[in-house]
Amino acid sequence: MATTNSEPVLTKEYFLNLGPQHPSTHGVLRVLLKLDGEYIVEADPIIGYGHRGHEKMAENRTYKQFMPNPSRVDYLSGFLYNHGYVLAVEKLMGLEVPERAKYIRVICSELNRISSHLLWFGTFLMDLGAFTPFLYCFDDREVILDLLDYITGSRLTYCYCRIGGVAKDIDDQFIEGTLNFIKRLRSRWTDYHNLVTKNVIFIHRVKDIGIIDKNIALKYGVTGPNLRGCGVPYDVRKAEPYEIYEEVDFEIPVGEKGDIWDRYMVRLNEMEQSCRIIEQAIKKLPRGPVKASGVPVKIEPPKGEVYFPFESARGEAAFFIVSDGTEYPYRIRIRVPSFSNLQALTEVLPGTLVADTIAILGSIDIVVPEIDR
Amino acid sequence: MEHILSNELGRLIVGLIVVLIFSQLNALFLVWLERKVAGHIQLRIGPKEVGPYGLLQTIVDGLKLVGKELITPKRADRILFIIAPVLVFVPVLVPFIVLPFSKSLPLNDMNVGLLVIFSFSTINVLAILIGGWGSNNKYALLGAIRSVAQNIAYEIPLLLSVLSVVLMTKTLQMSKIVQAQGSYWFFLIQPIAALTYFICATAETNRAPFDIPEAESELVAGFHTEFSGMRFGLFFLAEYTNVFVVCAVATTLFLGGWQGPFGFSLGIPGIIWFLAKTYLLVFVIMWFRWTFPRLRFDQLISFSWKVLIPLALANLIITAGVIKLI
Repeated sequence: MATTNSEPVLTKEYFLNLGPQHPSTHGVLRVLLKLDGEYIVEADPIIGYGHRGHEKMAENRTYKQFMPNPSRVDYLSGFLYNHGYVLAVEKLMGLEVPERAKYIRVICSELNRISSHLLWFGTFLMDLGAFTPFLYCFDDREVILDLLDYITGSRLTYCYCRIGGVAKDIDDQFIEGTLNFIKRLRSRWTDYHNLVTKNVIFIHRVKDIGIIDKNIALKYGVTGPNLRGCGVPYDVRKAEPYEIYEEVDFEIPVGEKGDIWDRYMVRLNEMEQSCRIIEQAIKKLPRGPVKASGVPVKIEPPKGEVYFPFESARGEAAFFIVSDGTEYPYRIRIRVPSFSNLQALTEVLPGTLVADTIAILGSIDIVVPEIDR
Repeated sequence: MEHILSNELGRLIVGLIVVLIFSQLNALFLVWLERKVAGHIQLRIGPKEVGPYGLLQTIVDGLKLVGKELITPKRADRILFIIAPVLVFVPVLVPFIVLPFSKSLPLNDMNVGLLVIFSFSTINVLAILIGGWGSNNKYALLGAIRSVAQNIAYEIPLLLSVLSVVLMTKTLQMSKIVQAQGSYWFFLIQPIAALTYFICATAETNRAPFDIPEAESELVAGFHTEFSGMRFGLFFLAEYTNVFVVCAVATTLFLGGWQGPFGFSLGIPGIIWFLAKTYLLVFVIMWFRWTFPRLRFDQLISFSWKVLIPLALANLIITAGVIKLI
């Protein structure tokens, strides 16, 4: 019907619920998007769908009974959390751990970091629409899972560290497997770079997109590869070294602008650095016991509190434990990097396209159950 | 029997039945091929359980789709929602009437064959728009909008590149275009047109890296998010039939159709040559899908307007100039 009305066509902003069930929100994240056509006007991440109450659980369990929980907080870097929790309790108790145990823990931690980054690499590219790298990464990651399964008995939610050491010693088969894996991973870099890094479409999708600049990152407490991507060389392993990180030689890869490309390159370089750490740790691996003697069966740390930060695959994670002197912790608070990383999105997303939103969401590598705990 | 075949109407009816059967079998085969190709590219082996080499897998999947409930969302536009899958599938069958499988096998070798193919394949976008709009779902709507923008952007360079060939052969009749390539195939003298056509054809069929209307990581399933059962199946069949059609047209226009290289048929029948070339192109399109990430919506549009259209236009003008001079 033709009208002589010369009023402009009315366009309206509308809301789109991205999630909680959506193929690429990596868990049950819901992002409420206010859209103008395909452009984002406002983005509001809504969390809490995966809340399991790990912190509350801790208050009703002894220190030892809580051991299986940390690795379930972030199931992709389970070993790092398991490791972090044990370190926090040991610091609270003032316990000295045998050298060999420290080395074993670091080797396994770095393997876990690589597996987490590999999984990120695959899922991130799947968000960009490339399906194939996902299966290549899973093929590589499978080797790590098999190695850790052999030594810890589980594939994903590890509970291998013990207060005062590790559960059992590693053997030559594990060491040989790890060295072979590193060799294999290094031979894969050319494939990855030819398939992905040099791909024109990929470069166009990630360069200068989703810039988290230094100020925003520091304001929101963004840590890990996301912070290093914008040029801040902050890594807990260097800033407040724990275990043997002081004794091994490794670099902190940093980016420049903080766009998706920088975060991508930082993670890829980090995998190589982790390989270096593992190699050195294996070379230096001392002989001796793997568990401190004289650790009491009933663990009752002295009254007090401890905050222990460690570098998880996603950034600075920490355990804050308050002890009232009994065998039950009074309170355990877990600082999770994904929470802070996700909050920065509210500043980054407006003005981008729906397709970019997915790419940015993938690039900051969140694990939603970690946020909800 | 001979009487029926010599009769134009009888020939068409028999032809339509053959086309229906062929297009179904072809789509089933392509789905199987896609999964096998994807498997081997991804260090897997793909389907292998049902039938030899998993060949019956897609038939079983198809039967499953037929058995599924057809859900119509409460607030969807019922009429549009129901006709969309039909509208998407029927037009892709029409080009089979004029496709020159071999010297004697275009069902109807009409003198506007090329025009028929392109006018019917354009209806596809209307069906997608109707389906996306009718399902009353934001993801579907976004997918439909993207699809329209994409098709408008890519139809132009597609037709421009085809026009270059038409200028050279001075005909729209499929069989004559093939015969004009007796000694050399057109992709040798029209490489730019061939390349533009192939890129646009990939975009026309909504295949990766141009699969933004159904980008599963962004829009869940795009325009067919709400479709279930065989309605979804029809979208699926239409996509694969469409892939076959654009590759068959590419074979006809640029790869010498049913003829062997440089006029040597090597004793192989024309239909085999034709199908071999077509499936080779189909394989290339599948190869794209499992190798490339997806382009972003605005990059896709600007690639068409800023690169492909000027390129195709320049090619057309040069072709016209050269033909005039000769």
